[in-house]
Amino acid sequence: MTGVLAVTVPDLATFVVAGAVVLASAIGVVVARNPVHSALFLVATLFGVAVLFVEQQAEFLAAVQVIVYAGAIVVLFLFVIMLLGVDRPEGLARDPLRGQRPLGAVLVLVSLAEILALARLHWATGHGTAGSTGGASGNVAALGRSVFTAYLLPFEITSALLIIAVVGAVVLARRPHRVSQQQYGARDERMVATERSGTGRSGTEPSGTGRSGT
Amino acid sequence: MGMLDPLKGFKLTFKQIFEPRVTSPYPVRKRPKPARFHGRHVLNRYEDGMEKCIGCELCAGVCPADCIYVRGADNPADAPVSPGERYGFVYEINYLRCIHCDLCVEACPTGAITESKMFEFSFTDRNDAIYTKAELVVDDDGEPRHQPWEDWREGDDALTSGWMRATSPSGMAAAEGRAQWSADLGYGRRAPEKGQSDLPEADATEDLSVRKVAASKIPRRLGGRVR
Amino acid sequence: MTPALLVSGDPVALGRATIVVVAIVVVKALLAFGMLMTAVALMIWFERKLISDMQNRVGPNRAGPFGLLQTMADGIKLMFKEDLLPEGADRATFRLAPFLSTVPAFLSFAIVPVGGVVHLFGYTTELQVADPPIGILFLLAMSGVAVYGLMLAGWSSGSKYPLLGSVRASAQMVSYEAAMGLSVAAVVLVTGSLSTRAIVQAQAAHIWDWNLVRLAVIPFVIFLAAATAELNRPPFDLVEGDSELVGGFNTEYSSMRFGLFYLAEFMSTITMSAVIVTLFLGGPDGPVIHLPLLNWLMPIGWFFLKTLAFLFFYVWLRAALPRLRYDQLMDLGWKVLIPAALGWLIVIAGFRVGRVTGLVTFAVAIVVGAGMARAFAVGQVRNRDPATSSSTSGDFR
Repeated sequence: MTGVLAVTVPDLATFVVAGAVVLASAIGVVVARNPVHSALFLVATLFGVAVLFVEQQAEFLAAVQVIVYAGAIVVLFLFVIMLLGVDRPEGLARDPLRGQRPLGAVLVLVSLAEILALARLHWATGHGTAGSTGGASGNVAALGRSVFTAYLLPFEITSALLIIAVVGAVVLARRPHRVSQQQYGARDERMVATERSGTGRSGTEPSGTGRSGT
Repeated sequence: MGMLDPLKGFKLTFKQIFEPRVTSPYPVRKRPKPARFHGRHVLNRYEDGMEKCIGCELCAGVCPADCIYVRGADNPADAPVSPGERYGFVYEINYLRCIHCDLCVEACPTGAITESKMFEFSFTDRNDAIYTKAELVVDDDGEPRHQPWEDWREGDDALTSGWMRATSPSGMAAAEGRAQWSADLGYGRRAPEKGQSDLPEADATEDLSVRKVAASKIPRRLGGRVR
Repeated sequence: MTPALLVSGDPVALGRATIVVVAIVVVKALLAFGMLMTAVALMIWFERKLISDMQNRVGPNRAGPFGLLQTMADGIKLMFKEDLLPEGADRATFRLAPFLSTVPAFLSFAIVPVGGVVHLFGYTTELQVADPPIGILFLLAMSGVAVYGLMLAGWSSGSKYPLLGSVRASAQMVSYEAAMGLSVAAVVLVTGSLSTRAIVQAQAAHIWDWNLVRLAVIPFVIFLAAATAELNRPPFDLVEGDSELVGGFNTEYSSMRFGLFYLAEFMSTITMSAVIVTLFLGGPDGPVIHLPLLNWLMPIGWFFLKTLAFLFFYVWLRAALPRLRYDQLMDLGWKVLIPAALGWLIVIAGFRVGRVTGLVTFAVAIVVGAGMARAFAVGQVRNRDPATSSSTSGDFR
């Protein structure tokens, strides 16, 4: 493993292909009519990024990117999309708020100009920072070392944030205020009484508008 | 269920590998069929080759599924087909309709039609379902004719339903050994099976009015008369 | 970027990677592919025959001697079936989903070390299609991608039962991936490397160096259970059991698309057995006779025998255990396997730091295991008994 990466034909080819996949999929995420297709394009984008990571000799990061991002987070996206029934195609012809597209185009141009100005028209970045990681097992070691020494505080804060999110989600998803045992018993008796009297009203539940979701 | 109960399940399934299989190797080997099994019909002939069917259409009349088509014709004087005046000129059974109830076998006065034990015949063309007389009548050896799609096994043409009924003594020891009618498949008459009745040998008699004698021994609740 | 610069680092152009190397790589890949396909066909036959043995019946015995060609007959039949595309289906995704299930199943086998090291034409090559430094993470990544196959299959079918089945299937797979990852973390901890070759070599000395023994069995059991759930194999096959949601996610699939799902399931089974052998049983480790041909043939034989033992175990599991209900399944994954895996990981880390090994590990495993079992049992009893239960989910208990 040389200190400075010489750009070889396979490297260039991989970069071009992966870059094209990333760009095309990113455009697909925005342009696709169906939200599920958008999510799938997102997966393709993440795969392209993982390939670029491998290209930079950061294999561990590539694997973790696929495992965590593409394998868990986008799966969660898809769960939400599929189960909440928002998977119907939407038309992109009309904007709900007016003037969004021209504003978007203007902002893109402004951001691009800003990036170019800050980078002082250097296209390639990151050159020379890679290549000194010393292989992928060094990859893991270097990552672990930096996470537990230099970046310990962000790491701990992130983990605390995640735990808060999980606990919050569990609390929010719990059933509403529970009835005590005695009230349960009394309710049962009342239900039996109304059934015997023949009204039967307490037995039926309102049939809500069932969501098909498909 | 305790923690180790799944292990008992594992032990049981592992032991079963060495136990014998209970699957019967059909169609290599088929189960023996009961004696009065109702299968495909066969038109019988006498020993001299004449057909037993006289074209009386009783079988067609009794058939609940309306699957038999009989047309009788006069026996030609110089070459009679059946002993008697008429014979079955057209005899067809539609096996898509037949329910194998054997009423035709009971109805036939000459014992011309009996059912063999062969029931595994699956044709692939609906036209093959209508068996004509040429296919139903026994051949010159007294054997049923085999169609290419039929699966005849050993014993399918022996001891057929008609013969069993014809030689069953109805519980009377005296009637054992006597054929009530000649409905046995193929040619001639096979010896009836011994031991079908469980009345003692002492009550056996040659007298053909055997019903009157034995009736006194039948309890009243079964229709008999006590002296 | 001159052409000279472009070519200067290229291994093939420089002659460092000759055509022989390329040929070896290609041959290995093709061999692995062929081996895997044959193994799948034989595995399907093996499962059907063995399950029928355990159930006192005969199993397939008409197609070929002992029914060996039954799989091929089924494959040909599937090819002749009509390929249905349901009307409400999302066409592109419907077509894509089987491949998202099959391709990871194929690819996962690449990291499995089948044998030792072989010398061919002057080059030394490992009997493994690929040995990336992040070997075992590749398996986890492919398991993650396989979830997509199931999920998209169900959703894109455009009907309710497949959607339900696929949502359940993907939730199940995602839950058990966590337990799988944690037990793999225990293995990686004692090995010190993610590469499968390194994992196998670290267990190569004696039978008590196998990770099964070194880690005191608990991560092995956890990984076994998690892998079985990951593969949607009985007793965790609620999502595709015939008496459950019709066919689950593959209800609307017919012909070769269904065949691909079927293939993917058995391929994953074989791959997961091979991975278990690699991670916990030392892979191709075993006594070797040092003769010229047997030298590299015997490790392959050992690997094959061990994998076969696990395939037998999977079929045995199918015959012996009834299906788990979905809530029981999720309980097992989240409330039993993940805490057990996490706890044991910490215990192993403690042992590593304290440099204690051997029988002490086993003793602690027994004590901790007994303690955890008692805790789980008490928890279950508490849940069942409404008097001591503090939760309201007593509706169905």
